[in-house]
Amino acid sequence: MSAIYILWLRQLKRYFRSRSRMIGSLAQPLLFLLGLGFGFGPIYQRAGGGNYLQFLTPGILAMTVMTTAVFSGIEIIWDRQFGFLKETLVAPVSRLQIMIGRTLGGATVALIQGLIVLLISLFFGFQPKIFSLPLALLFMFLVALFFTALGTAIASVLEDFQGFQLIMQFLIMPLFFLSGALFPLQGLPKVFTFIAAVNPLSFGVDGLRFSLINGTHFGLSVDFLVLAILTTLVLAIGSFLFSKIEI
Amino acid sequence: MMIQVSKLTKKFPDLVAVDGISFSVDEGEIFAFLGPNGAGKTTTIKMLTTLLKPTSGKILINGFDPQIEPNKVRQSFGIVFQDPSLDDELTAFENMEFHGVLYKVPKDLRRKRIEELLRFVELWERRKDLVKYFSGGMKRRLEIARGLLHHPKIFFLDEPTLGLDPQTRYHIWSYLRDLNKKEGITIFFTTHYIEEAEKMAQKVAIIDRGKIIALGTPALLKEKTKTDSLEEAFIALTGHEIRDEKANAVERMRLRRRFHR
Repeated sequence: MSAIYILWLRQLKRYFRSRSRMIGSLAQPLLFLLGLGFGFGPIYQRAGGGNYLQFLTPGILAMTVMTTAVFSGIEIIWDRQFGFLKETLVAPVSRLQIMIGRTLGGATVALIQGLIVLLISLFFGFQPKIFSLPLALLFMFLVALFFTALGTAIASVLEDFQGFQLIMQFLIMPLFFLSGALFPLQGLPKVFTFIAAVNPLSFGVDGLRFSLINGTHFGLSVDFLVLAILTTLVLAIGSFLFSKIEI
Repeated sequence: MMIQVSKLTKKFPDLVAVDGISFSVDEGEIFAFLGPNGAGKTTTIKMLTTLLKPTSGKILINGFDPQIEPNKVRQSFGIVFQDPSLDDELTAFENMEFHGVLYKVPKDLRRKRIEELLRFVELWERRKDLVKYFSGGMKRRLEIARGLLHHPKIFFLDEPTLGLDPQTRYHIWSYLRDLNKKEGITIFFTTHYIEEAEKMAQKVAIIDRGKIIALGTPALLKEKTKTDSLEEAFIALTGHEIRDEKANAVERMRLRRRFHR
């Protein structure tokens, strides 16, 4: 337990110490909120969708959590490069504990980042339902866990940063754009509906949207079940790949 | 016997890095593991320290097999790696604390030992500074202090003095000699400074192209090769040819970073 705790604590300390990273990764979601939220607001309203900022914010929250989480997981590449990974791998602690500690740490960081964006969105005029906030937290944490574990799994098989841009372009961006974070999934061409239904982020976005502003595409229990099962699965795969790391 | 290795072999897809080596290190002994670049030193250390699985052969560290009881092996040794392995974003104290918690040293004892060790390597005054502001020599000293925190029986040092000035090298070796005398800790080290091995080591193994080509006291190796210093004996045994080492992905990345700075 203490090993998991100290690994978790390390991630948090690193996060709070790198202000530039914190601020840098806030820029993107805020830009999306401002640019898209206010830019498309009037059209969305005229089309009868209601307040676009209300609709968009849960999607941007999910994106923030996902991006931070994937990068927290991928930090293993840094640790490998700067040698610190070896220090943890020769310690008398099971690989599973190391993986759990890191993943919880990364997920906590992603959750905090999401909460900061949620807080800022209030100033832009976002009005969430207060009473189901705990449910929103749960979904944010699930998204955070899933994507940290995914990042860890990817980083366990990547040797260096060569594949890094690829992940950004071919994983994070598509997941975000094809998730229903930006637009309602109702009434889309079949291909889109299908893609959204196999995209894990869709369920995070949907669950968050339900808990923050009402309205769901898949249904709350489906959102939760799919995310919970996928998270368990990717945690298992990530742990396996991590345990196979040789330096 | 603290370390016992027999017929240890590691094959990679394109080369045999370690080819059936056998040797042993007694408790309290200072053992130097020498060889040209790419001879298989680091690969051997990685296998001894549970980081790499051998292709074949047997290892016993403090009586435990790394493949069967890795955590007992890990508890038995401390290590200073060839490349830095500190967290730059943590302070010196936090790096120590992290290590102590991972090795389950109880809190009171941990705090006491951290202070002792940081004073020992003369870093106690700097304990609250982030490691990224430390010089190479300070980082090395911190790594030595950290490696000793859980009172290991064996201390592995992979080129501990590489790139350090003579003063720092002198300091580091006097710490280690002290430690070996006082605590009876077994020391296993590699170095390219052969004179360090001659001064420090009771036993020397020379490895080349994956095979141990000489094993014994420095005096014995000099006698065998009819040379006056261990360095000459080393050259006589391994030849004059300069070796190239293949860089792995991590090293390539590190090089690139250096160029971009």
